[in-house]
Amino acid sequence: MSALSPTAPRSPARGPLTWLRRLGGGALLKVCVLLLALFVLVALLAPWLAPQDPTFGDFASTLAGPSAGHWLGTDKGGHDTFSALIEGTRTSLVGPLAVVVFCTVLGIAVGLFSAWRGGWIDTVLGRVLDILFAFPALLLAILAVALFGKGLTAPVLAMAVAYTPYTARLVRGLAAQEKVRPYVAAYQVQGHSAVFVALRRLLPTIMPTVLAQSTVNFGYALLDLAALSFLGLGVQPPTPDWGAMINQGQAAVLDGQPLSAIVPAVAVVLVVVAFNVVGEHLGDRLAGRES
Amino acid sequence: MTSVRAAARSALCRLLGMAVTLLVTSFLVFSSLYLAPGDPAAFLVRGRSPSPDELAAIRQQYGFNDPFPVRYWHWLDGVLHGDFGRSYLFHQSVASVLWSRLPATLLLVGVSTLMIAVVGVGAGIVGALRRGTRTGSAVLLMVTVGAAVPSFVAAIVLRSVLGVKLGWFPTIGNGTGFVDQLHHVVLPAIALSVTFMALVTRVTRSAMLDELRREHVEVALSRGMPRGAVIRRHVLRNALGPIVTVCGLLVSGMLVSTAIVETAFGMSGVGSLLVQCVDELDFQVVQAIVLLVVAAFVVVNTAVDLVYPLIDPRVRAAGGAR
Repeated sequence: MSALSPTAPRSPARGPLTWLRRLGGGALLKVCVLLLALFVLVALLAPWLAPQDPTFGDFASTLAGPSAGHWLGTDKGGHDTFSALIEGTRTSLVGPLAVVVFCTVLGIAVGLFSAWRGGWIDTVLGRVLDILFAFPALLLAILAVALFGKGLTAPVLAMAVAYTPYTARLVRGLAAQEKVRPYVAAYQVQGHSAVFVALRRLLPTIMPTVLAQSTVNFGYALLDLAALSFLGLGVQPPTPDWGAMINQGQAAVLDGQPLSAIVPAVAVVLVVVAFNVVGEHLGDRLAGRES
Repeated sequence: MTSVRAAARSALCRLLGMAVTLLVTSFLVFSSLYLAPGDPAAFLVRGRSPSPDELAAIRQQYGFNDPFPVRYWHWLDGVLHGDFGRSYLFHQSVASVLWSRLPATLLLVGVSTLMIAVVGVGAGIVGALRRGTRTGSAVLLMVTVGAAVPSFVAAIVLRSVLGVKLGWFPTIGNGTGFVDQLHHVVLPAIALSVTFMALVTRVTRSAMLDELRREHVEVALSRGMPRGAVIRRHVLRNALGPIVTVCGLLVSGMLVSTAIVETAFGMSGVGSLLVQCVDELDFQVVQAIVLLVVAAFVVVNTAVDLVYPLIDPRVRAAGGAR
């Protein structure tokens, strides 16, 4: 990824951006980190930032282009696209966050247990993970909606299960490598419990790599949840959400005023690219592959 | 002779593994019905007002009074004979609903697969051979952007630009007659394949680069073998393994994405059927489609595993252990 970007300009470190420099990587990476920080900030401050109530339909100006009153125009129901984008940041980021937190915890639990016990438990868990791989996250989320109804809760849990094999595989592999290292035996000889050694000594050493994987997963989870809302099965209007906005904006595309669909689409793509770039950079750095 | 026997044995093991996996996944899909809140019989007909007689008929058909394993066996027996139950939405058997929607989806998936194979692999080869030049960078940029463009975003952009603004392609529906259908399927197929094309390009490029660095390639080149022949016979041939493997893994994602693309373009296919049936509470159809997608993934990846030793004899030499 960093091969794409030109080398960052070298100027003496000063000001609040020093930590960005310490991160390493090219200009692309820095832009992505700043972009993610911006989106998180927007999500936190959404109610104060949105100029209008995104659930308010102004029927006097529907499908309007950009203007002073509506910076990014309005959709077919007269909702302000800019305000909906800002308010939608919240729902669009909270869903994937929940997925990633659940699948990371679950993946660590399964992976560590599998590597620690080894033997037939390891084999059986490995087969179970293999079978889970056959269920793509979006399909499992759709099945969850069919069973429990529309909304975010059931799909988020289903997707957490679908993403768990990726984290669990990674954790299992890393933990199996770590487990045979002398420090683990040393702690055990000193009489520390297996749980203590696994969670407090082994886990911290592999955690950075696991978090890099979780960062990449965040992007994919965001895509899948946006797709679900796009299909009308996830977040339901009037709750603002990027995927739901794109769904609502489809009709406007045919009317030649695609802005209300394009804006949230661009937001989705930007966040996903940013998460991928940051995640891959973290992974590369941890693997010592950075040039 | 022993190697042939070993190969046959490993193939048999793979097929047995596939059967077990299919059995387990079908069990999971079957029992998902019992996760739904409330009485499963009432769940199946929710949103409609069945008479007590109809409810009794459903109980009879699904054998809700039988023990669980018997119910599963009964259901599996039906599925293996092509009986997926009845759709309450369409008032016909699930199998015939699926059958009528299948051709459109197969056309979409077929055209997309062709695009992915030709453009994805082609761009990957170009990206590897022209590494470091402007063309190579263009391929890398294409991969980065393409991998981040989800199918629903691609669908919106394609419809908006090539459909509405330029009017080159129809923006909605399936079309009638083969040529018209092909015309209708172009934009959906592009929308479906963008992400996967990028992934295949990336894998092809890195597999080609790995092979290009090998000693035997250098030796062949330094001995004066024509570059084209070296690339075809020594580089591409050896890089084919990873490419085929990743294509197998993409199958499930692609099949699920047909739901997005068909819905976005108002096409009538299995994907849009899935969304419609979730929306209108026809669980039988949903269950059947989920089962078919998962089964397709398992079968295709077993096929990839079986074909792999034919593509890459090194695996065969290693006794089929991979």
